Amino acid sequence: MITAALSGGFIDAPVQSARAFRAILEAMARPGTIHPVDGAAAPEPLSVAASVALLTLADGTTPVHLAGGANSALVRDWIAFHIGAPLVAAEAADFAVGTWQDLQPVTRFRIGQPDYPDRSATLIVEVDRLVNHGPALTGPGIALATWLSLPETEAFHANRALFPLGFDCLFTCANRLAGLPRSTKVEKL
Amino acid sequence: MYVAVKGGERAIDNAHAWLAEERRGDCSVPELSVAQIREQMKLAVNRVMAEGSLYDPDLAALAIKQARGDLIEAVFLMRAYRTTLPRLAGSVAIETGSMAVVRRISATYKDLPGGQILGPTFDYTHRLLDFALAAEGDVPAAPTAPATPGPVPHVTGFLNREGLIEDTQRCDTTPPDLTREPMELPTVRPLRLQALTRGDEGFVLGLAYSTQRGYGRTHAFVGELRIGWVGVEVEIPELGFAVEIAEIELTECETVNQFKGSKTEPPQFTRGYGLVFGQSERKAISMSLVDRALRWRELGEDNSGAPAQDEEFVLMHCDNIQATGFLEHIKLPHYVDFQSELELVRRLRSEAIVLTEAAE
Amino acid sequence: MPTPPPETRKAWISVLAKSPPARLAALLPRLPQHDLLRAPETGAVMVRGRVGGSGEPFNLGEMTVTRCSVRLVEGAVGHAWVQGRDTGHAIRAAVADALLQTDAAPEISRQVLQPLREEAAAVARARAEKAAATKVEFFTLVRGEDQ
Repeated sequence: MITAALSGGFIDAPVQSARAFRAILEAMARPGTIHPVDGAAAPEPLSVAASVALLTLADGTTPVHLAGGANSALVRDWIAFHIGAPLVAAEAADFAVGTWQDLQPVTRFRIGQPDYPDRSATLIVEVDRLVNHGPALTGPGIALATWLSLPETEAFHANRALFPLGFDCLFTCANRLAGLPRSTKVEKL
Repeated sequence: MYVAVKGGERAIDNAHAWLAEERRGDCSVPELSVAQIREQMKLAVNRVMAEGSLYDPDLAALAIKQARGDLIEAVFLMRAYRTTLPRLAGSVAIETGSMAVVRRISATYKDLPGGQILGPTFDYTHRLLDFALAAEGDVPAAPTAPATPGPVPHVTGFLNREGLIEDTQRCDTTPPDLTREPMELPTVRPLRLQALTRGDEGFVLGLAYSTQRGYGRTHAFVGELRIGWVGVEVEIPELGFAVEIAEIELTECETVNQFKGSKTEPPQFTRGYGLVFGQSERKAISMSLVDRALRWRELGEDNSGAPAQDEEFVLMHCDNIQATGFLEHIKLPHYVDFQSELELVRRLRSEAIVLTEAAE
Repeated sequence: MPTPPPETRKAWISVLAKSPPARLAALLPRLPQHDLLRAPETGAVMVRGRVGGSGEPFNLGEMTVTRCSVRLVEGAVGHAWVQGRDTGHAIRAAVADALLQTDAAPEISRQVLQPLREEAAAVARARAEKAAATKVEFFTLVRGEDQ
């Protein structure tokens, strides 16, 4: 194992993972809100926010898919040491990490079953820009409407139509993240 | 119906303080240490580890002390603690064939390679209370004899060579885990074995006994019962290879069962399997009998409607923590449920009385 | 210092993991300066058995395990996974693993590994000898009509 992969984990896991979990919970409960997180740094090209999300949400029982550039030897070692999650193909993943482009086609990911809608994937989408400007979001957890710089609208439209099935998304950019659960309606402005 | 009721905090605190005092008992008698429980109540510790589904003798001993010797309460404490532990890995499947045996007997073969090794057993004791134990004293060391180290072969291996017993298919798939995914029926054998090994010893014993008395009879012989130490190997990601990180004590029982054959299978012996943490031979034998009884479908046998053949009945009721949790909850306040029942009965009675009077 | 072959390292990591914590502490009382790459973490390993002793795997139950990774000042990295919840044991075993990859290896091997190996063998031998004493020797009685 490459020694560089051994650093970049939480120093104080109980406290840091609890804080990060709270931030992710807020992000998913209030879609479109942007939350800062810190405490973890996976090797390039993963952002701090994607590292924190993986470290907090994934473990040995949650298969992870590394898409495109995220699938590097260093990242694989980092996940093996800090998380222990099995690395799998997109179709079998509980969590997938990568840019929106690398994650295509997103129809590959698990959307759950009618009796277990929770058996679906969460996509950790690395974006260059994360601001409250762009397509309009409405639905549970949003007072009236909010806006988020999403990479597109069509895929989220299609995903919303599958409700209560579908995948959920976390958008990560540097040390900030925002959530887009399957329940949110996305409309082009 | 549940309604929040406040109050009782002082009573609860005082009850717990009294519980602590009762746990300690008479202070003129020396206090038990966790190490004393671990070493001298070892079979209780083993049972708490097996049913608590967590191998840690010190924790099990502590749980027994805290639970005042109530083993199901101790199992409950172990299960609760277990849920706080992150799952670091799954082990490489252990090889009981390489067990360092302290006991190994067979009821089917007298002269088997490796011999009949009795180990520290209650068998052949007279079951007369030994009043000498009431006094404290040193125990003489057990006799020794020259040992030839090395693994002892499994008994079923001999029958296998002649094709007289069903074979097992070796594979390395990741087994289903009932602590992670809710159990769905019908289940598969690995899941049933997981449920049985952590199941209540009394419940599994009762079911096994019922098969012997004719409720789903399987004509079982103990092909082999072995107790001993087995290495646990874990694949360590940061090293890139597997390391034996521990040795644990296990009891394994394999039964050899009569089987007439079916449409697809020739007559041959079949097998039931039991594997339990620690020295727990009653549990291991019981487990192997119930395992065999539950296999009627895959072996093409008749379902006689016996409880031990009913997968749902066995698996949904063998866990003593689920059972005691649901059972004991009925002693907690149900004031409002009962209030509604009370009103219903009063109304029905008054209506009945009016009808009776009208009829007169 | 050349990299030790995996088999050798696998063997010493196992000896350190299975050592009684108090014994390891007595044999390696002072630890050199080190950084924690992974602070000691207690968790569970799911122990798996095999159906019929040789078939497909099933989950037998968990055991407590503590793991730890360290880096010595000179750069050697050591890892440990030990049975139980003793964080001191995990740190000490990880440091010993790191030291065994440095110039201190011969000394650690002689002063720590060798006694641990001998003591473990003695425990196993004592157990096997007691078991051997309980081995049944059957005497076949000759029946009258066979004579």
